[in-house]
Amino acid sequence: MRRIISVLMENAPGSLSRVVGLFSQRGYNIESLTVAPTEDETLSRLTLTTVGDDHKIEQITKHLNKLIDVVKLVDLTEGAHIEREVMLIKVKAAGAQRAEIKRCVDIFRGQIVDVTASLYIIQITGTSDKLDAFLQSVGDASILEVVRSGVSGIARGEKVLSL
Amino acid sequence: MLIRSLRDEGVKYLFGYPGGAALHIYDAIFRQQDVQHILVRHEQAATHAADAYSRATGEVGTVLVTSGPGATNAITGIATAYMDSIPMVVISGQVMSHLIGEDAFQETDMVGISRPIVKHSFMIKHPSEIPEVVKKAYYIARSGRPGPVVIDVPKDLTSPFETFPYEYPEKVKIRSYTPATRGHAGQIKKAAQLLLEARRPVIYAGGGVVQGNGSELLTNLAKKLNYPVTNTLMGLGAYPGTDPQFLGMLGMHGTYEANMAMHHADVIFAVGARFDDRVTNAVKQFCPNAKIIHVDVDPASISKTVTADIPIVGSVESVLSEMLALILEGEEKPEEGAIASWWTQINEWRERHGLYTAPRYDNSGEKIMPQDVIKTLHEVTGGDAYVTSDVGQHQMFTAQYYLFDKPRRWINSGGLGTMGFGLPAAMGAQMADRDAVVACVTGEGSIQMCIQELSTCTQYHLPIKIICLNNQALGMVRQWQDMQYSSRYSESLYEDSLPDFVKLAESYGHVGIRVTKKEELKAKMEECFAMKDRVVFMDISVDTSEHVYPMQVAGAAMRDMWLSKTERT
Repeated sequence: MRRIISVLMENAPGSLSRVVGLFSQRGYNIESLTVAPTEDETLSRLTLTTVGDDHKIEQITKHLNKLIDVVKLVDLTEGAHIEREVMLIKVKAAGAQRAEIKRCVDIFRGQIVDVTASLYIIQITGTSDKLDAFLQSVGDASILEVVRSGVSGIARGEKVLSL
Repeated sequence: MLIRSLRDEGVKYLFGYPGGAALHIYDAIFRQQDVQHILVRHEQAATHAADAYSRATGEVGTVLVTSGPGATNAITGIATAYMDSIPMVVISGQVMSHLIGEDAFQETDMVGISRPIVKHSFMIKHPSEIPEVVKKAYYIARSGRPGPVVIDVPKDLTSPFETFPYEYPEKVKIRSYTPATRGHAGQIKKAAQLLLEARRPVIYAGGGVVQGNGSELLTNLAKKLNYPVTNTLMGLGAYPGTDPQFLGMLGMHGTYEANMAMHHADVIFAVGARFDDRVTNAVKQFCPNAKIIHVDVDPASISKTVTADIPIVGSVESVLSEMLALILEGEEKPEEGAIASWWTQINEWRERHGLYTAPRYDNSGEKIMPQDVIKTLHEVTGGDAYVTSDVGQHQMFTAQYYLFDKPRRWINSGGLGTMGFGLPAAMGAQMADRDAVVACVTGEGSIQMCIQELSTCTQYHLPIKIICLNNQALGMVRQWQDMQYSSRYSESLYEDSLPDFVKLAESYGHVGIRVTKKEELKAKMEECFAMKDRVVFMDISVDTSEHVYPMQVAGAAMRDMWLSKTERT
């Protein structure tokens, strides 16, 4: 099962390498990873997605918690949550394709953020599934370049991950 | 600043080796008396010695090495300590701050290289941080599940020409680190209840009981309940080895009775043990009928390989004392009848194939049997020596036949299985207790991995006794080649290339004794231990073809064992 684990950790040199190292050392997969400082600049928030059964995820969270730099963490997929990923995509857009792609962008509520005579750069935000669906509908033939941010997430309701 | 911090932390000994990036620190050592430095002959030995010092005393061992090769040589020792959860602080010199990342002379990314084998690491960024980082490093190393901590110090940050106000913090608080202390009261109650209801209980105690100073509590608990106890390789000494309730070690080379009892148990009380693959054999077939209570200070160790029915996260000491109190105060008693018939069954196993009821090896021939050497060692030292070992057959024979009655006396590399550990570890143990009898049981293979330390023993007058079981081969490798590779001895034989160990010992100023005849073994061993002030190297020729038994059948259950070359359960 796919899980989104959100980690609050010390914004210190080496913290990230410890988290990433843990995954390779123990043979766990990271599907995506995002990290940036929080409003408290001594802390970073790291969100990663991984795949595993309950036993594996329990081990992953236990080992992450053992890292000295990790302050707190939550498996967002255990409860209601919001997840978002941002994608920038450069596509060929010439002739009849131009209007077709524009329609597709509108359907997915994306934005065209840069235009040349022959291409668009599109920005689209949503769950990873939505981004996948968009890529599929545009089709491989038109795609020149894709950049995805990796998943960020936050729990719904009162639950807060903070000190 | 660094050395002052170490002094204020209460560090007595530093095991180390100087080099360019550490020279400011070494100059500071020269100009003080409080922290004594032990100059080893190879950085690996510094880490093993500090590690053993820690195992013998429970204090944090400290290592000081230089950058680059000094740091990389320390890696094996750090990994050894990490696998056995030994508290240790390793200070490594680093090239000047402005040279970091430029492939400078003797530069290596120590924090990066050591990352997977440390509990935590620090890189000093400014000299004023040193006292606080040192305080944090020792706190992290010794608290929770202990482990090694690295402090990497760029040379310019130890410069004596820049001074800063010094204050050693009394306490540290790390907001992201709160090691478990007391176990959950409700879980402890449930565990005590289950334990009292058990009809075929086994107490399975590991290194955590030794490290967590829980031996006395464990012994009291086991005595009160009259339950059988088995120890892991790391846990030997946690329960008195000569006590009748002790079943011996369990696992791959565990005793028949310990492994049989585990397999047939209905309740297993695991304390400070981690269900290592060398203990469980095939996890799927492990103890099919047992409910498992697992006490460990590290939550990640619980249900890692074997799922616990009652997990308890907490320090061994506090959980055991709460449990003991519950059992002493409570009305309930163990099921006497059931426990009595359980003991009848266990004693029957003991009689049938146990290691201690009769010799399970043939010592009627001319050759000296390795098992007899260990038994003689036990006899001559009164079972009271610090015994370090290297890795291989001699390690298993010692674990089986030197029945340790006290914790912290058995010092070996259990998790990583590091050959070369024994001799430097013996130095560390001797530093921990200058008057104690320290023996290093080794083989002619392992001893050559750190043999240069014979010179350190000379310099610091460390009168350790080296008991070398010389079988002219890498015994354990050879045993596996016999059992699994049709005796094709690929690279496990020395073919007359071994040194004359007696002369070698003599060249370092020590005493060498060669033993080739069975009947002179005991007298020569007595002679060896009578030389209280000398290092003595006993080169004992033992039977090359002997195997370690029992040996579990790979990929099977606890009860599936080879009992000799021809006999299987």
